[in-house]
This record gives sequence, C-alpha cells and structure tokens, in this order.
Amino acid sequence: MNSVETAVEFTGLTRVFGDFTAVDQISLTVGKGEIFGFLGPNGAGKSTTIKMLCGLLTPSAGSGKVGGFNIMTEAEEIKKNIGYMSQKFSLYDDLTVEENINFFSGIYRVPREKKRERKEWVLEMAGIADRRGALTKTLSGGFKQRLALGCAILHEPPIIFLDEPTSGVDPISRRNFWRLIYAMSREGKTIFVTTHYMDEAEYCDRLALIYRGKIIAEGTPTTLKQEYMERDVLEIEVEQVVDALEVLEQSGIETAIFGSVLHATVTDAGQESQRIRESLVKAGLKVVRIEKIVPSLEDVFVTLIEVS
Amino acid sequence: MKLIRVRAIAKKELIQVFRDPLSLAMAFLMPVILLLIFGYAITMDVNNLRTVVYDLDKSSLSRELVAQFRESGYFTIVTILDRPSDVDAALDANRGQVALWIPADFSENLRRGKIAPLQVVVDGSDSNTATIALGYVEGVTERFGQRVTGGIARAPIDARVRVWYNPELKSRNYIIPGLIAVIMAVIAALLTSLTIAREWERGTMEQLIATPVKTTELIAGKLLPYFFIGFIDVAVSVAMTVFIFDVPLRGSLLLLAFLTSLFLFGGLSLGILISVVAKSQLVASQIAMVVSFLPAFLLSGFMYAISNMPLPLQNMTRIIPARYFVAILKGIFLKGSTLRQLATETILLTLFGIVTFALSVRKFKKRIV
Repeated sequence: MNSVETAVEFTGLTRVFGDFTAVDQISLTVGKGEIFGFLGPNGAGKSTTIKMLCGLLTPSAGSGKVGGFNIMTEAEEIKKNIGYMSQKFSLYDDLTVEENINFFSGIYRVPREKKRERKEWVLEMAGIADRRGALTKTLSGGFKQRLALGCAILHEPPIIFLDEPTSGVDPISRRNFWRLIYAMSREGKTIFVTTHYMDEAEYCDRLALIYRGKIIAEGTPTTLKQEYMERDVLEIEVEQVVDALEVLEQSGIETAIFGSVLHATVTDAGQESQRIRESLVKAGLKVVRIEKIVPSLEDVFVTLIEVS
Repeated sequence: MKLIRVRAIAKKELIQVFRDPLSLAMAFLMPVILLLIFGYAITMDVNNLRTVVYDLDKSSLSRELVAQFRESGYFTIVTILDRPSDVDAALDANRGQVALWIPADFSENLRRGKIAPLQVVVDGSDSNTATIALGYVEGVTERFGQRVTGGIARAPIDARVRVWYNPELKSRNYIIPGLIAVIMAVIAALLTSLTIAREWERGTMEQLIATPVKTTELIAGKLLPYFFIGFIDVAVSVAMTVFIFDVPLRGSLLLLAFLTSLFLFGGLSLGILISVVAKSQLVASQIAMVVSFLPAFLLSGFMYAISNMPLPLQNMTRIIPARYFVAILKGIFLKGSTLRQLATETILLTLFGIVTFALSVRKFKKRIV
C-alpha cells in the first residue's frame, strides 16, 4: 500500500504508564476509505492507541503518520484533519444542541457560508432537528452520541476516530449509528473504530485484535475466521442447555453457551459430533441438532485470547 | 490566533456562567455582598467610646467637662461611679473603655488659674483604639481649658494643621477604595480558577484538545467573558463606594476604567494559571482563595501601611498586583491622581498580566497526562 492510499500507519507504537505497558510495540496500516475495526476486551489498549493517533497522548516509542502527518511532531496538524469522538460523552451538557454545534463549528472554523448547512446536516443526521433548543443533558444516549459524532466531524475531516462509539446505546441506535458509519465510508472517509461488540466487528472492512497491549490478529472478518480458526465449531441445539454444558465439560470438550445453543470447539467435526450426540443421549438429554458451523468472530477471538 | 475560535469559546463560557446560578451568584452577588460586609465592618474610626466617670469634685465645672466629653460625639457616658474601686471594676469588666477621674480640687484649681490635674484611664488592650481615644481626650480637654480660662491658656505655637485628601480623616475614605482591590483580586482569581479545571473534570477537555484550537485562543476565550463580568463588578463597586459609602471620587473615571482592565487581566490570568496547574475544581478554588485573598488583604497596603512592614515583607508586596491596584484606587479616588503619577503601578500591573498569561499558556498542555 503506498502512501497515497494510506490514511493511518504506525510501527512500534508503544505507551508506558509507570511500569505498566498499555500499548506494546504495535504496528498497523489503514487504507483510505476503510472502516477499520480495533477490537479487544476492556483495558487491552484500544483507547490508549486511539489517543496517541489523535495527538492527545504522546507515544513512549514508535513512529507513524495520520493523514500524512507525523504523530510525534505534527499533532496539531493531525487535529485539523481528523474527527475524534471519545468514549465518554464529552459535549457540554449545559449547552443546548444548537449551542454545542455552534461552538464546535467556531472551533473548527467552519466557513460562514457553510455554517448553516453543516448545522442542519448534523441536526438531520442525529435526528434532533426538532430538539435544537433543548439542553443537551436532556437527550437520550443514542441522540447524544450522534450529536457528538456530528460535532466531531463538522469540518468534514477525511479521517474519523471513534472510540467505543456505541457503548451504552440501545440496539436500534447502534444499528442506526453503523448505518451512518457506512454512509461516511462511502463518501471516501476513513473510519478507525474501537469496539468490544463482536457483531459490530463483522461490519468492518478490516480488523485488528488487541489484547494486553499487543495485536494478536489482523485481517478481514472472513480471513480471520478462516486463518485463525484451525479447529471446527459445532453448534449444538439441545433442550437442557445448562445440563448439556455440564456433561460436555466433564468429558473435556471446550464448550460455551451462545444464546440458546452451545458451541463446542473440536479438532475434527466429523468424528466428534457422533461422540457428543452419544454422550448427551446417554445422559438423558434431548438433542435437537448438531452441526458444523462457520465460526463467528467471537469464536475466533475467544480461541485467540485463550491461545495467547 | 484566530478570532473566530476565541469568540466561540468566550460565547460558550458566557452561556455557561449565565446558566449556572452558583457561578452567577459568585460573579455578580459576591462582590456586592463582600463590599457591604467589609465596608461596614472595617472601620478605624473610633466613636462612642464607653466612658465611666468618677467625679469627686461634683461642681458645675466638672459637670460641664463631662458634658463636653459627651457632646464631642466620641464618648458615651455609661455610668457615674461612686467609689474609686468601681473604676477598676468597670474597666476590668469591659463596661468602660475610658475612665475620667475628676479630683476633688478640680474646679478649685481651675478657678485659681492653677494647673488642674485630671486623671484619664484608657483600656490599652486594644492599642489602636487607645491611641485614638487619647488624642480625642486631649482635644476635648484642651478646648475645655481654653473656654474656661477665656483663651488665656494658649500654646506658644499655634499650629493650624490641615489634612489633605481626606480632611475629616474618615477611615472609610481610604479603606473602601482599597477594599475594591482586595475583593476584585479574590473574585477575579476565583472566577477563572474553575474554568479549565471544570473541563478536565467533566471530560469536555478531551474533546476540546482533540480539535485544532490553540492554547492562546483557548485561554483568551476563557478570559474574555470574565473580563467583562469583572469590569461590571468594579463599576458596581465604584458606584457603591461613591453613593453608599460617600467616598469622594476626584480622579478620572476613564483612567480608572483603563487601569481596572489591566488589573483584571492579571488577576484573571492568575486564576487561569491556577486552574491549569490544579486540574481539579476544588483544589483550584482553594489555591485561588489563598493565593489571592491573603496577600491582597495583608500585604497590599489596603489597611496595613507597607512602609511600616519589616523589609523582607515590604519586598514581598512588590509581586502582589493588588498592591498596585490599591495604590491606584486610593490615588484616583482621594487625590485625583493622573496616569503619569501612577506610571509605576501601571507598568508593573501590565507586566504581571503579561507574565501570568504567558505562564498559563506555557503550562497548559494540549495532551492528556
């Protein structure tokens, strides 16, 4: 990937807090227009990484570029070319919706002739055109989060960093939010998004999994599933899920509950499915079906994290 | 520095102040209340001294003397005592601050043109009041002597003393203008001490530092609304000083306005600097209180003359902006001082403002941690 097509690239990026290494020599390249998902459990180093890329935190070591600007020396240039939405809601609660938009449009120096248009765009996008005069603290989570996104991209930056944008937001708002992300991506914007929701990871063009400060896997959702999942996953539908889980764990099979079904990770699906069915029936449980499935990202990550 | 950003920040800050009753009260009510409380409480004038009388003479002349004391307005005759031991008791129990002991031969001596001794006992535990009381006692007795002797007993040198700038020597006249400086030093520092810390605490700073806003724009934008608020406060205080406390304003209002803005620039910048360093509203407001109030109250010369302080303290007062503003206010109010006469103060206030502003810009980091 050459530099024209690269939006974000960094190598050996490290951040140390005291004797704790939050981010440990990670390297990544994000292409222009990509939706790049940065996944990992809480405390893995996602936010620390995103803050270093946005110029909010000075890296302890490493080098990199965001939008062509050096993350070590050109933080202020980077800030002109990115939109950043932090994990915590960080607009002014005691300002109205419109006042918040006006404030950030002043800060980003949106030209006078575009101001009105951009404001209407944000209000429309967030679905709060009729609440422009309401104090921001009276909005519900989903609206707040879309308003925050709107304020962060008033200046139409080519690269957008979203740090857990959908945490604490209801499922419908989450879906709407991803629709927005898609729309922006279609306009050619690069989106770097952190999340710990596995279903959201499926929406990304490419992913990296960070765990304990290190990137342990990287690729498109499909390649991740194919490459990193060496073992098969069996989906078992059974009437007594909890009892079945107990039976399988006693016989040493790696099993986890996924909603109303069980996922068992096995080395060979053909051989093992018969053995599992027999042991469940012997225990007096009613097996509805057992079949080999394409593993979900969650399966992949659970496996990867267990390996590391 | 881009004006559009400064304006956006100033506007936002102003909206926030006006939407928060607590900030609003601190911005507009606190200076008025402080000025009223301190203005009425702090007075060095001594009136109504509680006076007890032990009159052994019991003549018309001795009664006349007592009447003269009463009529002077400085003394309130509390009781006429019957026994000498009562004098001690009255002073011990703080019923009297001054005791007049008129000997039995008082009128006799006066009539014969001899020196008539009169004993005055003053409670010296409050030495300031005692000194002033003594001065009043001398004044009253001297006038009484002249009247009784028909002006014969006259001092060889007749000094006609005139007091300039504050002819009635009303302590209020020199305390209240200085008080404005003390109050505004505190208010200015308190107002801005919260602004940066609040944004760190509420998490809004994280969003702000992710934007291309420059530190100078941020700090200038945060100063601006408080500058106007502070200016209104001073205007109200000056009006109160003139109309409620009857202090004459002899100098130029325009000059006062100009020098006020210099002082506010420094005072508000100090608050910002504290806010930048403290990062927590509670700590910031406490530091602001201590750093602004104590030096302004004790070392500004508003009440305690700097020239009477030990030399090391005198030197310390030089870095306290309130000192210069006190001098400016007293000068403009009482003497009608001009800019040329206040040049030193003007230059030093400007310097203080520039240095604190520059320091807060330097200390502010557009980074987390």
